[in-house]
Amino acid sequence: MAITEQDVQASEDAPSVNYLNNGYGLKSWLLTKDHKRIAVLYIISISIFFALGGLFASLVRFELMTPEGDLMSSDTYNKVFSMHGIIMVFFFLVPSIPATIGNFLVPIMVGAKDLAFPRINLLSWYVYVVAGILGTIAVVGGGVDTGWTFYTPYSSTYSNSNVILAAMAAFMAGFSSILTGLNFVVTIHTMRAPGMTWFRLPLFVWSHYATSIIMLLGTPVIAITLVLLMLERGFGFGFFDPNLGGDPVLFQHLFWFYSHPAVYIMILPSMGVMSEMVAAVARKRVFGYEFVAFSSVAIAILGFLVWGHHMFVSSQSTYAGMVFSIITFLVAVPSAIKTFNWTATLYKGSIVYDTSMFYVYGYLGLFLVGGLTGLFLSSMGLDIHLHDTYFVVAHFHYIMVGGQVMGYLGGMHFWWPKITGKMFPDICGKISALLVFLGFNFTFFPQFILGYMGMPRRYHVYPEEFQILNVASSLGASLLALGYLVPGVYLTWSIFKGPKAPDNPWGAKGLEWETTSPPPTFNFEETPVVTEEAYQYGQIEEH
Amino acid sequence: MQTDFPLFPDQASSFALQVDALYFGILALCVFFALLVVILVVIFAIKYQRKSDDEVPRQIAGHLGLEIFWTAIPAVLALGVFVWATVLYFHLITPPPNAMEMYVVGKQWMWKLQHPEGKKEINELHVPLGESVRLTMTSEDVLHSFYIPAFRVKKDVVPGRYTNLWFKATQVGSYHLFCAEFCGTEHSRMIGTVHVLEPQDYEAWLTGGTANEPIEVAGERLFEQYACHTCHKMDGTGRGPSLAGLFGKTVALEGGGTALVDEAYIRESILNPSAKVMAGYKPIMPTFKGQISEEGIIQLIAYIKSLKVPELTSME
Repeated sequence: MAITEQDVQASEDAPSVNYLNNGYGLKSWLLTKDHKRIAVLYIISISIFFALGGLFASLVRFELMTPEGDLMSSDTYNKVFSMHGIIMVFFFLVPSIPATIGNFLVPIMVGAKDLAFPRINLLSWYVYVVAGILGTIAVVGGGVDTGWTFYTPYSSTYSNSNVILAAMAAFMAGFSSILTGLNFVVTIHTMRAPGMTWFRLPLFVWSHYATSIIMLLGTPVIAITLVLLMLERGFGFGFFDPNLGGDPVLFQHLFWFYSHPAVYIMILPSMGVMSEMVAAVARKRVFGYEFVAFSSVAIAILGFLVWGHHMFVSSQSTYAGMVFSIITFLVAVPSAIKTFNWTATLYKGSIVYDTSMFYVYGYLGLFLVGGLTGLFLSSMGLDIHLHDTYFVVAHFHYIMVGGQVMGYLGGMHFWWPKITGKMFPDICGKISALLVFLGFNFTFFPQFILGYMGMPRRYHVYPEEFQILNVASSLGASLLALGYLVPGVYLTWSIFKGPKAPDNPWGAKGLEWETTSPPPTFNFEETPVVTEEAYQYGQIEEH
Repeated sequence: MQTDFPLFPDQASSFALQVDALYFGILALCVFFALLVVILVVIFAIKYQRKSDDEVPRQIAGHLGLEIFWTAIPAVLALGVFVWATVLYFHLITPPPNAMEMYVVGKQWMWKLQHPEGKKEINELHVPLGESVRLTMTSEDVLHSFYIPAFRVKKDVVPGRYTNLWFKATQVGSYHLFCAEFCGTEHSRMIGTVHVLEPQDYEAWLTGGTANEPIEVAGERLFEQYACHTCHKMDGTGRGPSLAGLFGKTVALEGGGTALVDEAYIRESILNPSAKVMAGYKPIMPTFKGQISEEGIIQLIAYIKSLKVPELTSME
């Protein structure tokens, strides 16, 4: 992109009032009902938690450089990995794309002025903040050591840490995502602009629709489960502890009934981001639009029926296990459909080598590994060996970090000009994508090998023969950390010093690129009328 | 036991080769698809690099045939892997009927193991080469998971119920025993060693050291200590059913239904006697919850398993 041209274009096109400059006071932010400002509030808050969760991850990797427990005590280590998991899952990954990029874009992409319930949207952020404060109190007040999975009866009876406070924080964070999901579903159903039919919606909106359904249907179950856990711990109700007449495996069923679909909350939004970016990078309509759209819905539906694959060795019924296994294998199909369609979109495209392209390619590589290694774990005969080892740790990091975080960062770069009205240096974006991709693989690929060798997860000390691979993983993690720090620097720089962004810096299609950068408070000067399919880069050839 | 920098676990049980075959099978499939996509996207990136800023490529909406093709192929392959993995799974969880019985109790943070001959071990398990061994396991406190990577076996150890696991060791040596389910502070130190011995070495090991009381003899002592025998008379004249020859039978229950008399049923009947009362008896047995350890229950079960139907002449 030629910066000088953009400057000229931007200064001519920039409207005098946009959502960022129509009020500067703290109150104008903290009481805002503008979905774009709430998105910015979310970006700031989840970044704080991402940094905190990342700090805990670094401590884990430092400790695991040596087989002995020499940096901290076992109790501290257990708290560190638990807080890493709880913060990353409930305070970063679940809200990561939906509450930030999704919040910003869903109304604009459907051609609406705002979300259906702007006050509820603000409420969701406050609920999230209160949850975050509770979580922080749980950390500062001594931490929690149950792992993010809170398995009973350890969590309900035996643990001596702040379980109730941490569970309360996760419970609250859940309500924040219910509110976001509700807002998206209603907005997508009722506030589409004239001409914006369901099959003209950008795939980003489809994936957020599927995500919202999971948030609405799944999150109440984790809320109930956590309440039962708190009742057992606080008042001795016997739900899960066999000494009180409860059943510990019941907790696992309830927990995974939410937490498995939640895994798809942590990947579907990034698939939406990828569909948008692939189209823009290749300047081409997404191949097989309907199939990509429906594969999101299929993933959301199938995702509710596979929770038992976390429990193949838990003593759940063998035949139940078989059903969970076969449905899990079927989830591979919509994931494959998406991957093949993205690949086909690139075919005969006009592929630009910019930051977006680097993130798209990085995402494809990491998601491929993450998705395919799921096949090992859905195989019952193999999962017996792999369950609760580093193989699982590597697999879900490839999905959640390689997928969702890569998608989040890619999306932040892609829509950064729209959100801030500023351009970042393209070369920096490429370097960051490369660092993250390399650092990520160095960190997590060795963990597959460790897992197959039998190293269990959540081990503070470990046998010596696992050391070399652990050191490799820790070294990779420092590269990865660098990859995450660099964008923080140049993106922040760009807000103050970056050149002004044109309305459509990438030449991409979509309503968000037709409004100004940054958009006005109500998104469009006048309600857009949609007359074409999504990604209409040119005349479509029919087969 | 291990080289300095191993990249693959020992293959020390009859399962190891089968599990590894499945692993490499899926790995081959994954490598194929990953390479396919990676090679394609790299070729596309090189071949279709944007030449000018206003270039607009030919637009293609999609292709139904291709969609069906790449829906069907992964579906068929996935189902194939499912069948392979599930058949293997059933093999992994079905012990042969003649397997040796051993008992495991997990507690924070140690493994307590007992052999049928009475030998007890902590964090160590000696097993004979080439013999099928079936473990019956429970926990005294939280969830644990019994994991021997070299054997490719793992099963959660759950408080309040029995779980089982079996294996046949095929290679003499010492192997890691891990707790795989997070269980608290010293989780990563809840580890031990499995020693696979030649059968004659195993016999020597069993008989060596201090004299041991066979597990069912210990159980019989408990049976009398807790006065079980006052009601459960062998001749069936007591207030409770005779336990002789009962194990493995299916009995009718008071209030309808039947129950198989297995380890779990006996355990439940000791701790929660009124849950499943045999037809013809009254729910008068007191609970022994809190009075008897998990190991004690296991010894009692071993004793009850050993009880045969008494000869007529031995009746009083």
